[in-house]
Amino acid sequence: MTTLTIAYLTIRETQRRRILWIALALGLLFLFVFCLGFHYVYLDFERTWVGNEEAQLLASLLLAAGLYATNFIAIVISVVTSVTAVSAEVETHTVETLLTKPIRRWELVLGKWLGFAVMLLVYIVLLTGSILLFVYLRADYTVSNLLPGMMLMVMQGLLLLSLTIAGGTRLSSLANGVLAFMLYGVAFVGGWVEQIGAIVRNETAVDIGIVASLIMPSEILWKKALTLFQPAFTSSPMMAGPFTVASQPSDAMLVYAVLYMAGMVGFALWSFTRRDL
Amino acid sequence: MSAQPLTIHTMSLRKEFGAKVAVADLSLQVGRGEVFGFLGPNGAGKTTSVKMLLGLTRPTAGTAVLLDKPLGDRQARAKIGFLPEHFRFHEWLRAGEFLDLHGRLYGMNREARAAAIPDLLALVGLADRTATKLQAFSKGMLQRIGLAQALLNDPEIVFLDEPTSGLDPLGRLLVRDIIDGLRGEGRTVFLNSHLLGEVEKTCDRVAFIRDGRVLQTISLHDPEERVQVTLRVGSPTPQLLADLTQFGEHVNLSRHNGRIHLTLAHESRLPDLAAWLVQSGYSLYELNPQRLSLEDRFLQIVGNDSGDGAAR
Repeated sequence: MTTLTIAYLTIRETQRRRILWIALALGLLFLFVFCLGFHYVYLDFERTWVGNEEAQLLASLLLAAGLYATNFIAIVISVVTSVTAVSAEVETHTVETLLTKPIRRWELVLGKWLGFAVMLLVYIVLLTGSILLFVYLRADYTVSNLLPGMMLMVMQGLLLLSLTIAGGTRLSSLANGVLAFMLYGVAFVGGWVEQIGAIVRNETAVDIGIVASLIMPSEILWKKALTLFQPAFTSSPMMAGPFTVASQPSDAMLVYAVLYMAGMVGFALWSFTRRDL
Repeated sequence: MSAQPLTIHTMSLRKEFGAKVAVADLSLQVGRGEVFGFLGPNGAGKTTSVKMLLGLTRPTAGTAVLLDKPLGDRQARAKIGFLPEHFRFHEWLRAGEFLDLHGRLYGMNREARAAAIPDLLALVGLADRTATKLQAFSKGMLQRIGLAQALLNDPEIVFLDEPTSGLDPLGRLLVRDIIDGLRGEGRTVFLNSHLLGEVEKTCDRVAFIRDGRVLQTISLHDPEERVQVTLRVGSPTPQLLADLTQFGEHVNLSRHNGRIHLTLAHESRLPDLAAWLVQSGYSLYELNPQRLSLEDRFLQIVGNDSGDGAAR
C-alpha cells in the first residue's frame, strides 16, 4: 500500500515538475522528424520503383535506424529521470519526514522504482509502437515478434533504472549519473567490439564483448530486440550495415540480464535500509 | 525526574562516524507529558541524537526505548511526530496534498485525513493556503506546514528540531501556544533549540549536552534555583575570597570593577551571607542577587563542565 502511494507520488512528481510533459512533447517531435524523414526517403524510392523486395529492405533499414534512436532516447530518459530519485530525497532532507513515518525504507525505494518503471514502460511502448505503426502504414512493413521485442527494449530501460535506483541509495546524484552512463558506455563499446570481433572472427574481441556484457548487460537486450523484430535482415552484415547483429546474444545472457536487474533492485532495497541518514 | 511513566529512555547511546565520535554516551529519560529541552553548542551531537531516536541513524552502541518499543519500531513511529531542522518538503505539492500524503504515510484512512487536515491548517494559520503549492511558501510558512505535518497523527511524542528558526515573533508565539496545548493534552515534546529564551518559556526540563554527553539535566520549575550574587566590599582580601566558598561556588574577583561574583545554591543563603560579611568586619557597599537565567546556566554548565573556576 505504501509502495503504491510512493509510486503514485513519483509519477505525480515527474508530471508536476514538467519532466513528463517535456519528455512526451519531445518524443512527439522525435516521431515527427522520423516519420517525415522516412516518408520522403521512401517516396524517392517509390518513384524509382525497383521491386517489392528492395522496398521492404529499405523500410527495414530505416526502421532499424529509427529503433536505434528510440533505444538511445529510452536509455537517456531512464537514467536522467531516475538518477536523482533516491539521492535527491536524501540531499534535500525531504526523506527525513518520510522515513520517520511508520513506513519501511524498502517500501520507499520500491515505490520509486515502480513509479518510474510504469512511466518507462508506457513511454517506450508508445514511442516504439508509434514508429512501428507508422512504418506499417506507410510502407506496409511489419516486424516479427512485436511484443517480445518491445518488452526487451522496455527491459533495457528497467535495467538502467534499477542501476540508478541502486546507485542512488549510496551515491550523490552526480556520481550516480556518471556511474550509470559510464557503465552504459562500457556495454555499448563492448557490444561493438564483440560485433566486429564476430565479423572478423577474432575470438579475443568477442570475449571482451562478453565480459563487457557481464559488467553491464544492457546492449545485449537491444541486440536481442532487434533480431527479434527483424530476424532475416539483421543476420546479414552486408545487407544491414551498422544495424546488424553479427554476434547473437545467448539465452543465458538474457537470463543473466534479468538476474542482474533483480540483483540491482534487491541491492537498492537492502542498501537503503542499512544506510544512516 | 518526572514521576510519570517514561516515553523516552536512552541507555548509553553512542554513534561513531569512522573515527569521529558524534555521540559519546547519551543517557536520558523523558517522562510522559513533559516538554523536554535538548541544549548544547553546535556540534554537540544534538541532531545525531535525535536522528538515532527517530530511527534515521543506527547507534554504534547502547539502546533506547521509545513508547515501550525499541529504536526504529514502526508501531512507535506511528505515534511520533517530527519537524526536522532542515524543513525541506516536496515543493511541487499543494499544502493540502502535502498533509494528505503524510497522513497516508501515517496509515490514516481517508476520513481521518479529511477530519484532521483543515483543523491543522487552521491551527498553524494556513487555512486559506490549502491549494497553494509549497514552492510559493515563505520559510516561515514552510515551517508552519511542517509543524502541522508533525501533528497529523495525534502523536504521543513530538520531536521539534529548531521549530522557530524561520518564524517571526508572532509565529514563535504560535509555536509556544501549540507546545503548551500539547503539554495540556499529556503529550511529550522533545525540543531541540538554541534559542534559550524560547526554551526557558516552554520547557519543563532541559538537558545540557556537549561532546555527545549529557552534562546535566535540570528542571525549570525547580524552586531551588541558584542565585548569582555580585558583591562590592571595601578592600577585598584573598582570605575573603577563600572564606566565601563556604557560601557558594564560582567565587571570583573581577579585576575590571573590583566586584566579587559568586553563585549561591539557594537564595535563602543571602541573609547569612550579608550577616557574615558585616560581622566579619567587611564594609559592604553592594549586594546584588540575580536569578540565574538559562543562558547563565548554559554558559556555566556547557562552557565549563569541570565544576571549578570562573564561569563568566
